[in-house]
Amino acid sequence: MADLGEIIRESQIWKSVFRHPMPVDRRNRIVVMLTNFFLHLHPVSIKKQGIALSYTWCMGGVTFFLFLVETVTGVLLMFYYRPTVEWAYTDIQMLRDVHSLGILREIHRWGAHAMVITVWLHMYRVFLTGSYKPPREFNWVVGVFLLLLTLLLSFTGYLLPWDQLAVWAITVGSNMARATPILGHEGPGQQLLTLGGVDMITNASDARFALLGAREVGEETLNRFYILHCIAIPLGVALLLAIHFWRVRKDGGISGPM
Amino acid sequence: MTHGLTDAQFFDMVSRFLGPYYIALALMNGLAALYLWRSDQTKTWFRLPIPLTGKSLPITNVIGWLVFALLFTILAGIGGKSGGAQLLELPESWREAINTYTDPIWYSVITTVGLVVVYVFRGFFVKPAVAWIIWNLMWLFLGLSMTDSDFFEIVAKPDNVPIVMLVFLLAFFTWLGTYQAVINDRRKENGEPPMEKVNDEKVLVWPDLVYTELICMIALTAFLIFWAIALPAPLEEAASSVKTPNPSKAPWYFLGLQEMLVYYDPWMAGVVLPSLIVAGLMAVPYIDFNKAGNGYYTIKERQFSYIVFQFGFLEMWVTLIVLGTLLRGPNWNFFGPYEHWDAHKVEALNNVNLSEFFWEKMLGRSLPGTLALADISPSLDPSNWVIVPWLGRIVDPFLQFFSLLFGRELPGTLLVLGYFIALPPIMALTVFRKFYERMGFIRFMVMANLLLFMGSLPIKMLLRWIFDLKYLIAIPEYFFNF
Repeated sequence: MADLGEIIRESQIWKSVFRHPMPVDRRNRIVVMLTNFFLHLHPVSIKKQGIALSYTWCMGGVTFFLFLVETVTGVLLMFYYRPTVEWAYTDIQMLRDVHSLGILREIHRWGAHAMVITVWLHMYRVFLTGSYKPPREFNWVVGVFLLLLTLLLSFTGYLLPWDQLAVWAITVGSNMARATPILGHEGPGQQLLTLGGVDMITNASDARFALLGAREVGEETLNRFYILHCIAIPLGVALLLAIHFWRVRKDGGISGPM
Repeated sequence: MTHGLTDAQFFDMVSRFLGPYYIALALMNGLAALYLWRSDQTKTWFRLPIPLTGKSLPITNVIGWLVFALLFTILAGIGGKSGGAQLLELPESWREAINTYTDPIWYSVITTVGLVVVYVFRGFFVKPAVAWIIWNLMWLFLGLSMTDSDFFEIVAKPDNVPIVMLVFLLAFFTWLGTYQAVINDRRKENGEPPMEKVNDEKVLVWPDLVYTELICMIALTAFLIFWAIALPAPLEEAASSVKTPNPSKAPWYFLGLQEMLVYYDPWMAGVVLPSLIVAGLMAVPYIDFNKAGNGYYTIKERQFSYIVFQFGFLEMWVTLIVLGTLLRGPNWNFFGPYEHWDAHKVEALNNVNLSEFFWEKMLGRSLPGTLALADISPSLDPSNWVIVPWLGRIVDPFLQFFSLLFGRELPGTLLVLGYFIALPPIMALTVFRKFYERMGFIRFMVMANLLLFMGSLPIKMLLRWIFDLKYLIAIPEYFFNF
């Protein structure tokens, strides 16, 4: 059997995938970091305190991992879910009661809650260690955008089960948009935007309408939130994540005392 | 949930939860004792003399945590027995007292005082033994409270589980960060570099980091699967546009904002202040000019930014979320943690606007009215404008709005303008003089205004609690209340 492993590792196929022997010696441990696509996000070597759990809390990494979990479970859930008022709730119930992969939905939901918490903890750690200070100011700003997108992801996902909790939480949350200054139909300054005596900002044209796609949370909202949740926001997160990680490296790796 | 359960059935259900719960806590303490013993971190707290022998028995932290483990095992034995949860109830008088002292005023005062005490005496509170005892007490409090059906119903609501997690995680990580900061601050006093500096030998990412990541991923996956199996994710009955739940709550992470609706109009609580929170977070690295404390835990070297951040995060963001989630019931009325959510609870609302207070109560006259173009002269009425009639329709609301702002609402307008316009220069000349010199005009003004907006929430809370003040500026005609 030992020979079989040898044969596999010596085969042309294996060698075409992994361009170096097992990373058991110093040279190959360096080479693996440089030649493996998934590992090349990392530097080759790192200060010991930079990987100490007491320092990093591992929360950035946990958040990224949760994002991956949400992506994988989310894609699988899309097979079972139809974003229509007629089917949304039934499909979620089926996930719970009928489909053998229904556990995916629980993982997706709890993972989403956990991700909000871990993003906060990551930012908490970055603040407590002053890691936003030069030269990492911009990466903190990218991080704040990621925080915002995480909350929006969770908020848009909240609606999809189409149960009482979902619809009324989104109703309460989006009612605030009614009061947007100038752009909300119950916001200060809304009367200022008139054209020939006709109000420009009504409940069918204000910020809340833009968010919901309708006057009330309904079919249009479900469709809108579904697309935001599954496509638009994840794409934005993916882009910002790439920038965030790239900047971690370019700004000198994980922070530490000068 | 607990609806339709008899008391006996409820206690049976809680017992099924409490058994594993206390066993887990016993394990936690046992493992802590084992870890301390195996890693030679045994510390003798005091020596217990054994009578007649003249010898004494050292009481160490290992023994202490083993005693804790034993106590939790006993609790598991009592509470885990079918219906045994009934024996582990908090005394009724304690629950009454806690209900009283968690109303918004007491709750805010107590958390503020608590955080200040923890901050000032952090050297004491971060001691592992002290922190561990507090940690155990938190869990014990949760366990004992779970036997109350009202408490159980709120905390065990699937959507509220993350908040309980958040509270415990924040307690742990705040300890972890502060613990290291206290050590670093002490090292600094002795002229030593921070701990992080000592450990700056370089290691290869493969295997040191790659394997840590792998283990984290596996552990997290296991945790998620366990969580998903143990606790079904929230799913209520199908949506209905006619059945409005009471209370209607936003997702939990926005409940701090929803709680602010008590004190602010929606345009502030829901739009302006959240935008300012985001903008303020982004501005942090550009405002904080202090170069110290970059890349290591410290409090002393950056006390100002630390206090401001903790005030905003722990004191306002997190405590308001906890308040909004756990202590706000039907009609957004306040309910103590052990109080039944009674939809018919009536709270007297006798809040007054500053303008009503000023004109009616102090001056004893009616509120001044609005000034429209037509009031000045009938010929100015926009409908009579021959040339550019649309201009009149735009000018008129402006005139009416400003006549209210500087007429009826003048006292509040002056206060708010004074707060936001007069205070920053005064701050620059007095307490923040050094800041102003270092930061320059623009950066200082940005910081001062962010701080003032942040400070406006506790100020509005205090005004509400002490004077029943509703709004400083109240112009509902134009949706402009502050």
